[in-house]
Amino acid sequence: MALLEIKNIKKSFQDLEVLKNISLKVEEGDVLSIIGPSGSGKSTLLRCATMLETMDGGELIYLDEKAAWNNEKGQSVYAKKSDLRRIQGYFGLVFQNFNLFPHYTVLKNLEDAPIHVQKRDKKEVRSECMELLRRMGLEEKANAYPCELSGGQQQRVSIARALAMKPKILFFDEPTSALDPELTGEILKVMKELAQEHMTMVIVTHEMSFARDVSSRVIFMENGYIVEDGDPNEIMVNPKNERTREFLSHFNDNLG
Amino acid sequence: MSAFKMFDLMSSGMLESIKIFFLTLIFTLPLGMIVAFGRMAKCSLIRNITKLYIAIMRGTPLMLQLFVVYYGPYYLFKIPLTTEYRFYAVIIGFVINYAAYFAEIYRSGIESMPKGQYEAAKVLGYNKIQTFFKIILPQVIKRILPSVTNEIITLVKDTSLAFAIGYVEMFSLAKSVSAAQTSMVPFVISGVFYFVFNLLVAFVMGRVEKKMSYYKI
Repeated sequence: MALLEIKNIKKSFQDLEVLKNISLKVEEGDVLSIIGPSGSGKSTLLRCATMLETMDGGELIYLDEKAAWNNEKGQSVYAKKSDLRRIQGYFGLVFQNFNLFPHYTVLKNLEDAPIHVQKRDKKEVRSECMELLRRMGLEEKANAYPCELSGGQQQRVSIARALAMKPKILFFDEPTSALDPELTGEILKVMKELAQEHMTMVIVTHEMSFARDVSSRVIFMENGYIVEDGDPNEIMVNPKNERTREFLSHFNDNLG
Repeated sequence: MSAFKMFDLMSSGMLESIKIFFLTLIFTLPLGMIVAFGRMAKCSLIRNITKLYIAIMRGTPLMLQLFVVYYGPYYLFKIPLTTEYRFYAVIIGFVINYAAYFAEIYRSGIESMPKGQYEAAKVLGYNKIQTFFKIILPQVIKRILPSVTNEIITLVKDTSLAFAIGYVEMFSLAKSVSAAQTSMVPFVISGVFYFVFNLLVAFVMGRVEKKMSYYKI
């Protein structure tokens, strides 16, 4: 059973067709990097998968549960609210600009949703969240506010916040794009550790060496299509597709 | 007549002014939020009605609105005027006027919230009510506090407009004591009253702002 199945997604913004009939399966344990030039539709694909955007057409299925399907006109129809809320619990999302809640402490950012949305036991959630912060090396920041943290620390908090919900699949939307190279390294390290623990991840990224070294699968997107999908070494070291090769040539220094 | 005696004569009016102030605030703060939601409603009919309401309330004098609320029932429906109704008219007039201003302040705060806060809340599974009350509103309050303070200070001074429909509050007493004693002192006392009242408002709001400064947005 695939954790996530996307079938024939179509999405336009006014006249601009951003996603043109995209299909994709994510299996348990996959670490999938989505690469491609700006405007290729990577982020929109992620936002459709996490239901922050509504698809114009296509199906969205998490663990065999349909979040959206096509009606007879080929337009996406979404499941009812209560079903969507349950499906929402299967995934987490780490944003490019963190989107932590500034008025909550680090610990409250982590534990508020598990307690008030998932209605889990307070004590249990508290100890799990402290453990997550320990793993992120942020134990002593539990009572700090986001504004007191560096960008890298904020992003680690936001990863911990997503993990506190115990998602089956974790999405990252350019998680290091707002960070300088030094802080980028600390986030990539955390993501690498998650990959080693077989967390299923889908990552939209511009970090080519990370995509090549850490992911189990790479997708190259352009103009709303998936151009290539496969083993990172095959795609990134010996790209067969002309367009992929050209795109990757810009990163040769990094991939060296 | 000593200034103290004059102050004593005016003190009952001071209590009335304070009463108008607090009652207006108590009703306006929540009503303003409802109007703000109307102003941002998806339904264009509700949105346009609210827009018109705000335009009228902000575009015409508060004194005129007080006249309409107070005399309207008599001229339109021949309902006899009572002293009791005079007080209600004052409160209704102030509340409907100030709700329009507060609504726009709330709206500016709500619309200034970054989309990312809503998206983060949605992905974490918060429902709409939780998102608004737990995530959005606390941050909105922090953002709009300086504008709210401004509006409250204006309200303190505007309570004197109740005088226009003959409601006996501090300012109307100041005027009658002044006329009876041919003295400027009652006006000085009333000036000091509004000034000190507003010092208190500024002090309290300053404390609230400080209390909310533990985080930055």
